[in-house]
Amino acid sequence: MNPVFECRHLTKAFPGKEALHDVSFSLEEGRIVGLLGPNGSGKSTLMKLANGLLSPTQGGIFIDGMAPGVETKKIVSYLPDKNYLNDWMSVRQLVNFFGDFYEDFQKEAAVEMIQRLGIPMHAKLKTLSKGTKEKVQLILVMSRKARLYLLDEPIGGVDPAARDYILHTIISNYSEDATVVISTHLISDVESILDQVLFISEGKILLDSPVDELREKNNMSVDAWFREVFKC
Amino acid sequence: MGWNFQADRPIYSQLMDQIKRRIIIGEYPPGEKMPSVRELAMEASVNPNTMQRAFAQLEQEGLLHTQRTSGRFVTEDRDRIMSIKEDLAKGLVADFLRSMKELGYSDSQTITMLESASLGLLKDEPKTMEKEGA
Repeated sequence: MNPVFECRHLTKAFPGKEALHDVSFSLEEGRIVGLLGPNGSGKSTLMKLANGLLSPTQGGIFIDGMAPGVETKKIVSYLPDKNYLNDWMSVRQLVNFFGDFYEDFQKEAAVEMIQRLGIPMHAKLKTLSKGTKEKVQLILVMSRKARLYLLDEPIGGVDPAARDYILHTIISNYSEDATVVISTHLISDVESILDQVLFISEGKILLDSPVDELREKNNMSVDAWFREVFKC
Repeated sequence: MGWNFQADRPIYSQLMDQIKRRIIIGEYPPGEKMPSVRELAMEASVNPNTMQRAFAQLEQEGLLHTQRTSGRFVTEDRDRIMSIKEDLAKGLVADFLRSMKELGYSDSQTITMLESASLGLLKDEPKTMEKEGA
C-alpha cells in the first residue's frame, strides 16, 4: 500500500534561494506528525507543494501515491497559515461553501462544533476575534473525512484556551486511516499529541523520529531538544 | 486528579504510572470498565496511539484486560493491585531517603524527624487516614 504522504528527493528552488533541499520521508496512516522547524525553514513551502500551489524543482511529492492535483485535493484537507476564506462571508455561508466544494465534508458535525462554541451562524467571519476565526477555520478543515490533514501553524497567535480547544478538536477528529501533519514552532504546546516528529532546518530534514523514542534517548522533551539543536 | 507530564521521560510510561495510581486509589475500581482510549487521550490531551500503547503495556502487566466485545476492564485481582501499591510506596520511600541523604541526613536522623513530624500531625488531625494522590 502507498504511504499517505511521501517526499522523494524533493528540492524546491526559488530565484536566489533553495527553500527545500533533497527532502525525503514517508508517513504512514493513523499518525499525528509534527513538522517542526524555525521560521523560514521550509515548512510552509512543503505544505504548499503538497497542495499543488507550488511545483517541485526536482524530485517528487506524493499523496497516496499520486502527485498533487485534482485527485489528491479530494483526500487532502489543508489549513493554510494565512486566513484564506472570504471574510465577508457568514459562518453559515462558509459551511455551505465547504459542503458544495468537498464531497467528504460533514456538515452536521461542523455545525454542531460551531454551535457548541456558541458562535452565531449568521456572524460574518470578519466580525469574529482572531482566536474564534482560527477555531472556525480548523472546524471546517477537520470536518472533512480526509486521508491527510495538513495544518500549517494551526495554533499560531491564539490564547491557551483556544489552543487547547484546537488540539482537542484534532485528537477527537483523528481517525486510524488518516494522518495529520501539524507544522509549528510552538513545540511544547503540541508535543504530547504527536506520534512522530520531522525536524526541518534550512530546507533539510534533520531528524525523523517517533516522539517517545526521542524523549527516551535524550532524556529530554522534544521542545528542550529543539532548543538545544537550534540554539542561537 | 489532572494529568501531568515531565519533560524527561516518554509520555507512554508516564501515562502508565498515572493510570496505575488511579487504579491503586480506586478511581478506576477493580473489575470496572475503563474509559476508551480516545476518551482518556482527550482528557489527558495526548495522542491516542500513545494512550493505546500505555493500555497495551498495562495489559501485559496484567492490570487491565480486554473483553473482546465489551471493552477494557481493570483487573479484579486485588492482590495484584495491592502489590503494585506496595511497590509504589517503596519507591516513594527510597526516593525520599535518597533526597534526605543528599541533604546530609542519615537514615536514623531522617526516621527521627519523620516520627516527630508524624506526632505533630497526629496532634492536628487525630486518626485521619492518609489522603492519597492529593
